[in-house]
Amino acid sequence: MEIVQTIAVILDSTIRLSIPLLCAALAGLWSERSGVVDIGLEGKMLIAAFASAVVAYHSGSAWAGLGAGMLAAIALSLVHGFAAITWRGNQIVSGVAINMLAVGLTAILGNAWYGQGGRTPNLEGAARFPELDLPFVGALKEIPVFGPIYDIAISGHAAPVYLAVLALVLTALTLKHTRFGLRLRAVGENPAAVDTAGVSVAGLRYAAVIICGALCGLGGTYLAVSQSAGFLPQMTAGKGFIALAAVIFANWRPWPALFACLLFGLLDAVAIRLQGVVLPGIGQVPVQAIQALPYVMTVVLLAGFIGKATPPKASGLPYVKER
Amino acid sequence: MSAAPIDLPRWADTALVPLVSVAAALVVAGLVVLSIGESPLEATALLLKGSLGSLEGLGFTLYYTTNFIFTGLAVAVAFHAGLFNIGGEGQATIAGIFAALACLWLAPLPGILLVPLAILAAAAGGALWAFIPGYLQATRGSHVVITTIMFNFIAATLIVYLLVEVMGKTGSMQPETPDFPKQAVLTPIHELLGAFGLKLPSTPLNTSFLLALASLVAVWALIYRSRLGYAIRTVGANPRAAAYAGIPPARIIMVAMAISGALAGGLAVNEAMGVQHRLVLDFTAGYGFVGIAVALMGRGHPVGVSLAALLFGVLYQGGAELSFDKPTITRDMVVVIGGIVILFAGALDGLFRRLVASVLALGRGG
Amino acid sequence: MNNPHPAIELSGISKAFGPVKANKDVSLSVAVGSIHGIVGENGAGKSTLMSILYGFYEADAGEIRVRGELRRIRSSSDAIAAGIGMVHQHFMLVEPLSVVENIVLGAEGGALLKRGIGKARAELARLSQEYGLAIDPDAIVGELSVGLQQRVEILKALYRGAEVLILDEPTAVLTPAEADQLFELLRALKAQGKTVILITHKLREIMAVTDRVSVMRRGEMVAHVETERTSPAELAEAMVGRRVLLRVEKTPRKRGAPVLEAAGLSVIDERGCETLRDASLTLHEGEIVGIAGVAGNGQSELLDVLAGLTQPARGVIRLGGKILNAADRNPANLRRLGLMHIPEDRLRTGLVTAFAAAENAILGYHDDPAFGRGPFLSPTLIEQHARAGMQDYDVRPVDPGLKTAKFSGGNQQKIVLAREIERAPKVLLVGQPTRGVDIGAIEFIHRRLIALRDAGVAILLVSVELEEVMALSDRILALCGGQITGEREAVATDERDLGLLMAGVSERAA
Repeated sequence: MEIVQTIAVILDSTIRLSIPLLCAALAGLWSERSGVVDIGLEGKMLIAAFASAVVAYHSGSAWAGLGAGMLAAIALSLVHGFAAITWRGNQIVSGVAINMLAVGLTAILGNAWYGQGGRTPNLEGAARFPELDLPFVGALKEIPVFGPIYDIAISGHAAPVYLAVLALVLTALTLKHTRFGLRLRAVGENPAAVDTAGVSVAGLRYAAVIICGALCGLGGTYLAVSQSAGFLPQMTAGKGFIALAAVIFANWRPWPALFACLLFGLLDAVAIRLQGVVLPGIGQVPVQAIQALPYVMTVVLLAGFIGKATPPKASGLPYVKER
Repeated sequence: MSAAPIDLPRWADTALVPLVSVAAALVVAGLVVLSIGESPLEATALLLKGSLGSLEGLGFTLYYTTNFIFTGLAVAVAFHAGLFNIGGEGQATIAGIFAALACLWLAPLPGILLVPLAILAAAAGGALWAFIPGYLQATRGSHVVITTIMFNFIAATLIVYLLVEVMGKTGSMQPETPDFPKQAVLTPIHELLGAFGLKLPSTPLNTSFLLALASLVAVWALIYRSRLGYAIRTVGANPRAAAYAGIPPARIIMVAMAISGALAGGLAVNEAMGVQHRLVLDFTAGYGFVGIAVALMGRGHPVGVSLAALLFGVLYQGGAELSFDKPTITRDMVVVIGGIVILFAGALDGLFRRLVASVLALGRGG
Repeated sequence: MNNPHPAIELSGISKAFGPVKANKDVSLSVAVGSIHGIVGENGAGKSTLMSILYGFYEADAGEIRVRGELRRIRSSSDAIAAGIGMVHQHFMLVEPLSVVENIVLGAEGGALLKRGIGKARAELARLSQEYGLAIDPDAIVGELSVGLQQRVEILKALYRGAEVLILDEPTAVLTPAEADQLFELLRALKAQGKTVILITHKLREIMAVTDRVSVMRRGEMVAHVETERTSPAELAEAMVGRRVLLRVEKTPRKRGAPVLEAAGLSVIDERGCETLRDASLTLHEGEIVGIAGVAGNGQSELLDVLAGLTQPARGVIRLGGKILNAADRNPANLRRLGLMHIPEDRLRTGLVTAFAAAENAILGYHDDPAFGRGPFLSPTLIEQHARAGMQDYDVRPVDPGLKTAKFSGGNQQKIVLAREIERAPKVLLVGQPTRGVDIGAIEFIHRRLIALRDAGVAILLVSVELEEVMALSDRILALCGGQITGEREAVATDERDLGLLMAGVSERAA
């Protein structure tokens, strides 16, 4: 039973570590499927983490924090949309700018408001999301294998975790089965086809960018109001870029994105557990090698050495009617 | 909103538009200062005094400027080839590792050999870390932007591993190498000029500043005066015309990326060999990203890059001084300004060109 | 067929893109239930006119009536609502999506796809029966052949209830067999009372399927005729136009040894179409060989392959008697061997418009030791060189520092000309030497080319202006559908004769 327990614990921390990645990856997926490249996921998560921590602290409500986090991230998304869609600016440049803005603004405002080196005050009670017990946890606990996994890994997460899973399901269903999803898939591949079909390219792209902001908001809020008890400077620590890698890995598809995020989360969980552990025969595991794996794998994948990554054809290109 | 390029006179294009967007960025930064309850004017005065008001301040300013010249030039050279190198941080990191290895392994050599070799090692390390993404784009079609982002993180984990497990100073809890041999240290400018009887306060400014100035001239000569630079600019401006002219774009992409990475390596030279005298973690400290702002603002021209680098040097040093007097305004302000400059001078270039064009038209129309 | 109103009536349509007038006071009437052809050369304004009708652009002036009713068409959705469908030259399809998803895009009939897709399936089955348009609704569009993709485009328009179907150069990407199938379909549509507008520059197609033809030239409508009452030669003449006859003073050629020989050249583009088929030609010293052909019949491919910009799928090229291997066939090496190239598209290929005139004066020659020392270029030397060239070729203003984009078309062309001709070529490939160039400059350019020929250079001339080809050339080859359909001595031919060759009427039949 010990081994099941251990697996359940690793699975639990895998899920915890994957959720911010999943949120950002879904965000990136929406944006890029519509044809807007977004390397500013990191910055949007960061600003959401900050805004949610601030509002949760002052209102005492984690849910108010979530709302603020989403609004803050959507605001940055709209800046990106304004540059990329309306002014047809360089989307990479805009993404870089947003990442820097988020790093700078959160640090400076946090420091000015609270004077704790950029941290926000500790969140307590209702200002954090409580961990929720799923139904029948007590009853199912005794079932071998499934019981502990259900109890430890699946149940007992905070609301944003389940919201993220819901977002995943909704994303997959919307893309596949709705009018909006069809148009969105089309606009990232061939905006001219959408335009000639009488549908607004800019309208679709703005919608996608706003959804992208909302999802980054969820991810950032989870980091600050659920995983931690407040905001820490640069607390996203590259998660937005790992999410970007996950999107590439998943070939811009929702369910594979979940698996990519779980894989990267697992790598992270394992790396944490293996810190300083000496394995027989191998010696001390270089934790950094495991941490670097998502990046290395992405480079190898992009270079077409294993499999093939095919981004939406029109991603990164501003839409200009051709003569 | 029209797709037609906005036609501007050359002086407006090269000077006015960047100036307007930087001014707008500073105004936005001023609003941020206001919003945290401080006076932008007072802050500006403190900032200028701290950065330019004393010889010591000036020394620090130029030390920061050195970093921005290197990272700004790195981004600029890639721009000329139509490439976006956002891997300056990673390239500088690898350059630092190479320089440290050179300094530590070749420790018995005299300074006159060791210093140039270590600088070359840094350049080679940076070049290597940029060449690979260039190679992958040229031959395998993977986009330089994504690859360089990933390479930043790979470099970041690699340096942690090396400093903690391999090259770390024994007995130190800090992830850092042992000190470099004395002869590998770049001479501080105050010592250099002190030899001529000039008394200057002690600052981190060192001879790598001269290397940065030389790089400005070298990049200018490369881009605007050399056959290779001509080829680079042709590939960047019109790949079809380059093919017509018999210039192979794939080779130019790789070469331009390697040069770009080598320049980013200058950051490691200044920080590791000039200031820290050992390799420490996170010595790149975001200079690589600010380099993007510097290159965009400087319109990719060495003169523009040097002015933009100086501006950011002033902001960095002045910001540090400012945060002593006004603890609420931390140096993160510079990151905010950098971000806004990139947004305004880069992504929203079209908007600002349109603004300048309408103002000029208004002026002409009377 | 006794509907009193035409299906489409355009009157006084004008549209300008900046200084370029793409359509000038164009009027057109298309009868219900007819197939109406619109012919004209590339850039004659056909596509612009149809884009206006389909709401992609709005006209600066003019009226559109659909079945007699005045309509304002400001977007594609207006056009769709007016019963107009369009099959663009570059398909407006989303390749990773399935056929049925492409068909319902923009006309999904509800927030959820299920109902709309179901309806579309039924409708597809019906249309397939009615017109013999069989297609698998679940196939991924990107995996279909070009012919089938076009079928999806047509179905897309029909699904939206199009009564008028516009096809823009529909056969450009089709094999002859696929084209025949398409024509069958168009006839079937006509039989059902639909109206078809067919834009093309291929006269064979016009003669094969249309009821009436309208001819456009330089943005204007120049003729409307019943197809039965016209001939390819007459249409070719109308398309090319009879301008003031070009006269170029020239003495009889002194033909020398063969310099450039090509045998059995074929080029296959990335779509897998054979755009140049088994072309053989020989260029001799001291002669100008012109290529006559309606644009898009393989001229560009011929120039590109000879200049080393693309590699042939088959065939041999000899320069100065020596066979060129694949490794030799790159622009830099060909320049060294004395083969210079004035490309058709000076703005996209021949110049870097962001560069100063002086810098463009060395494009392709930046490795020449004459322009600097070692790895460096000397701005003074380059400027001197550029200034001399600009004075020699009467480029105005003589300002080597001025950005190339700021020169007029004629002056830009002279910058290219000066650069290539001054290198004393043995062979000169010239594409569209006078496109977008003012009259004065045209004369100048022509004189230069003749002088070059008299000096013993072998020149290959490609131009959409038939008159220019006739006036300059000593010998003329006609290209049609990527094949050389005939060869004439310039003195022994006329526009009618060439028009037949350009229209692909084979020599034997003629």
